[in-house]
Amino acid sequence: MDKKLEPIVQALQEKYTTSIEEFRDEVHIFIEAEQIVDALTLLRDKYDFELLSALTATDYWPQQSPRFHVIYQLSSIARNLTLQLRVPLNGHNPKLPTSTRVYQVANWRERELLDMFGIEIEGHPDPRRILMPEGTQGHPLRKDFPLGYEEPQFTFNVEEINLRKPYAKD
Amino acid sequence: MGIEQKLGNMGIATTTLETVVNWSRTNAMWPMLFGLACCAIEMMAAQASHYDMSRFGMELMRASPRQSDLMIVAGRLSRKMAPVLRQLYDQMPEPKWVIAMGDCASCSGVFNNYALVQGVDEIVPVDVYVAGCPPRPEALIHGVVTLYEKVKGEKFKDLAVT
Repeated sequence: MDKKLEPIVQALQEKYTTSIEEFRDEVHIFIEAEQIVDALTLLRDKYDFELLSALTATDYWPQQSPRFHVIYQLSSIARNLTLQLRVPLNGHNPKLPTSTRVYQVANWRERELLDMFGIEIEGHPDPRRILMPEGTQGHPLRKDFPLGYEEPQFTFNVEEINLRKPYAKD
Repeated sequence: MGIEQKLGNMGIATTTLETVVNWSRTNAMWPMLFGLACCAIEMMAAQASHYDMSRFGMELMRASPRQSDLMIVAGRLSRKMAPVLRQLYDQMPEPKWVIAMGDCASCSGVFNNYALVQGVDEIVPVDVYVAGCPPRPEALIHGVVTLYEKVKGEKFKDLAVT
């Protein structure tokens, strides 16, 4: 862990009940969903983490529970540091408070979370799908969503696949 | 289209007329700007001065569908964009043709997933498919010349209503 990062991580550990994971030079801090807006405000105001580089999620179904880890990657340009916050969420009705008041860029990122994973964001000013067309059922980046591919056409099944394919009739 | 529907069955009298009409259609076919992804770069390269498409009649590309004859679908078509493509195709006046340029427009290429339409012929009827990822400008010009040969072979009696 970077020397400059240690006091920050310690301050976070004292304030919230967290656990830390380290991988090479990265530090991952696990925070609960209710405390995340508080933690982001603290990091932005007191410790100069001005940039929310990434806000995504990972699905660990069926190996781990809780299933989703929402990942906030914060960067500080002034201090040259990066930090990652992870919020574990259950698959059953996952909810998260919005971070748009802390970082404006979280607006579209949270819409992407809603679209791709089905994670509801409370208090979001514009909660609608961003990447998939309206009326799509399901959330594509979950591990139990079907891959959605078309069967490859080999010589033995090309006629039956062609019969089922919806061609446009003028 | 009215003259073809009334005179289509008149035999010898229509043959010369067909030749003239098809000649005029192939010599000034203006495509619509419909570059979606990487194939659009090759379409632009084909239109530029090195591989000139103007020598084949495609003097310029019209951005408006109401003023174009040919739609070159160049690139990946996502499911969100599919209704837009159909609307633009419907806004083109007859006679119109469609070239599916590149692998993604013909059969969705390397992308076999939930987000892309698997081949543009699920949305609009295609006349010529040009293979390649992306096809070289010469390949696109070959596709255009193939379309011209198809247009020259069009007969009025296929369109006659009486």
